[in-house]
Amino acid sequence: MGNKTPLYDLHREMHGKIVDFGGWDMPLNYGSQIDEHHRVRRGAGMFDVSHMTIVDVTGSDARAFLRRLLANDVEKLQSSPGKALYSAMLNDSGGVIDDLIVYHMGGWYRTVVNCATREKDLAWMRRQAQAFDVAIDERPQLAMIAVQGPQAIDKVKALVSAAKAAAVAGLKVFHAAEVEDWFIARTGYTGEDGLEIILPGQAAAGFWRELALAGVAPCGLAARDTLRLEAGMNLYGNDMDESVSPLAANMGWTLAWQPQQRDFIGRAALQAEKQRGATHKLVGLVLEGRGVLRAHQKVIVAGSPHSGEVTSGTFSPTLGFSIALARVPVEVGDTCLVEMRSKQVAVKVVRPGFVRHGQSLL
Amino acid sequence: MSEIRTELKYLASHEWARLEEDGTVTIGITDHAQDSLGDVVYVETPEIGSAVNAGEEAGVVESVKAASDIYSLVSGEVIAVNEALEDAPETVNESPYDDGWFFKVKPADPSELDNALDADAYREIAEADD
Repeated sequence: MGNKTPLYDLHREMHGKIVDFGGWDMPLNYGSQIDEHHRVRRGAGMFDVSHMTIVDVTGSDARAFLRRLLANDVEKLQSSPGKALYSAMLNDSGGVIDDLIVYHMGGWYRTVVNCATREKDLAWMRRQAQAFDVAIDERPQLAMIAVQGPQAIDKVKALVSAAKAAAVAGLKVFHAAEVEDWFIARTGYTGEDGLEIILPGQAAAGFWRELALAGVAPCGLAARDTLRLEAGMNLYGNDMDESVSPLAANMGWTLAWQPQQRDFIGRAALQAEKQRGATHKLVGLVLEGRGVLRAHQKVIVAGSPHSGEVTSGTFSPTLGFSIALARVPVEVGDTCLVEMRSKQVAVKVVRPGFVRHGQSLL
Repeated sequence: MSEIRTELKYLASHEWARLEEDGTVTIGITDHAQDSLGDVVYVETPEIGSAVNAGEEAGVVESVKAASDIYSLVSGEVIAVNEALEDAPETVNESPYDDGWFFKVKPADPSELDNALDADAYREIAEADD
């Protein structure tokens, strides 16, 4: 038996198909993952993401600590409390220990890291924190519900207290607010507008029921994966890990090179790698014919001595054909070949990111 | 609990076969198989007129989650395929034993079906799988 979120019994009651995910018993789907996917793109769906690890960073050195720990620079958040930043947390050789979101809440910071990496993340953060006056506090008693889709914000506003509704109404994209005992962020992992709501565990089931009654579809991990892949968002463990540089994982945009004197962990290794020149990069693949691209399929690029690999692949419910992320030699052109079930199939190469706000980006 | 029909024959790889009154054999995948695969998005059936062999690959079913080979329970000539699955692969999820059938075979030797699993034997396999 794995760990259970405060919503576990409700998932069973709502006929969620429960699977092990990083040591947690989580719903894969509640019937059809494709239906759930469409509900998010066209209306509103909700995900139990309470398995994710919430870590608060407080203390007088909190900002200095995070500027050392993270490859992106929390200084960017300094003038706008409530603002969020996506960042990699690197090891000394520039490999990705994890990706995370950090929210600047005035005097303190909240980070949300992946569940499968929880132990190594906490150990690494605590080790790096020794040189700073900071406290690293995990918040396991909190639940987290992501409500996503074009109708998500209106549905939530209609259900919550006046104070919370006012906070949601004033929330800019990629910002969070604390109101009463909830933490409400306008962030997500679907490519749609929506909220990620961190709330006391004992309040989660009641809120989930109210959302369901209001027509917000319960969605499982399977739909979460197709939505994030359509949005071109990386999944830790698939698209990058400690053996992969952020430069080879389409995360270059998250690296804050300025100011030059900021010595974040992994910086020296990444600079050396940049000077050498990258051999691989992460791209999007599109297969408009039949078949589904799958992780670990081999990618062949004409004119390159190196091969590539599909890191995440799926059928795109929105587009009606298969899409993938793949790490391929930098020489790649507009097409390449993928080895699928002993056949070589030609696919298009595109920028990562296939669907945004319900619309195809292709 | 997935549905297992007593009148059908099965393979451990989760195909079913039905001996029709006209002597032909219809083949599809079980309710347990469609539930494990999740939403089916492509079905590749054998060509009409081609030969299939018992226990050998005759097609492919792909869901969002995984691809899986389809094996025939009997040897013979393919006399029909379910063309409706081309545009509506979700029929496999909705009706695995009826509208979601894959192909029909004119068997060279109908007694080959005696080698397949009966419903009780298949139920043990499906339950062990859960």
